[in-house]
Amino acid sequence: MVEQKPHIVEYLTNIYVWIALATLTIITIWVSEFDLKLLTVTVALGVASIKATLVLMYFMHLRFDSKILTIMVLVTMIVFLSLIVFTFFDYSYRS
Amino acid sequence: MSTNNTTTDNTTTAVNHDHRDDAGRKMGMWLFLFTELLLFGGLFLVYSIYRFMNPADFSNGSHHLDVFMGALNTMVLITSSLTVALSITAIQKGNSKLALRLLALTILLAIFFLVNKYFEWGHKIHYDLYPGTALFKALPPGEGLFYVLYYFMTGLHMIHVIVGAVILAVMGKYIREGSINSSNYVLLENGGLYWHLVDLIWIFLFPLLYLIH
Repeated sequence: MVEQKPHIVEYLTNIYVWIALATLTIITIWVSEFDLKLLTVTVALGVASIKATLVLMYFMHLRFDSKILTIMVLVTMIVFLSLIVFTFFDYSYRS
Repeated sequence: MSTNNTTTDNTTTAVNHDHRDDAGRKMGMWLFLFTELLLFGGLFLVYSIYRFMNPADFSNGSHHLDVFMGALNTMVLITSSLTVALSITAIQKGNSKLALRLLALTILLAIFFLVNKYFEWGHKIHYDLYPGTALFKALPPGEGLFYVLYYFMTGLHMIHVIVGAVILAVMGKYIREGSINSSNYVLLENGGLYWHLVDLIWIFLFPLLYLIH
């Protein structure tokens, strides 16, 4: 297989991603001060997921590497999420 | 695979003839990361289920964690992820010196994270808040469970921080020796992937333990 020309993520791109991550961290801490009831978990984990996506796409180069890696990551996520969903189904309907 | 050039070290002229499978090595690293993800994933699941069953006790437990310490460590890890990513950019552009400096900075940040954790755990241990003490046994069962999971999850993560820092130190040694260079840097990329995983896990641990009251 012929080597693909490697993609270099510019210094500035990395720094922008860091700024986004830092901003999201501050937002999630700020939001946690309010009592949002059920939304608390959703917001906290939602922001964490956005941060994780940024790290995966840019710092871990998934966006620039072979698509097969992205597919593998997604499959792993689906396996993990089904594990959570099905376990919660079980516990939610126990009396 | 490498039938030629087995007796000689990689010289600059031999690099072109060397058969390398960088994509394969990277995929292997990712497969390993998936096992790590499921290791922590299992713990996240245990934590979520117990939290679901003991909402009040878990809420009380997380109120006693220092959000500032957690936030500081989040910033430290995010910044260390940036320095590793910049280090890879630097090596790709042929700037070994900068790459080495950025790796050293990453390891310093890792040490800073560990010192922070030492104070955070130390504070709790000072007040007898750890499994086995009379105070701990008197806690409501759900709150005890919260702290056991807190110690176990942050402890396992801490071990990963130490391992990651050692891996990056070895990568630094390779850069200095020249075996990681602008035309062969997949090892540094894989070391970086491990470090980013450590960051990823903390990105979820922080809200789960500190923020959701």
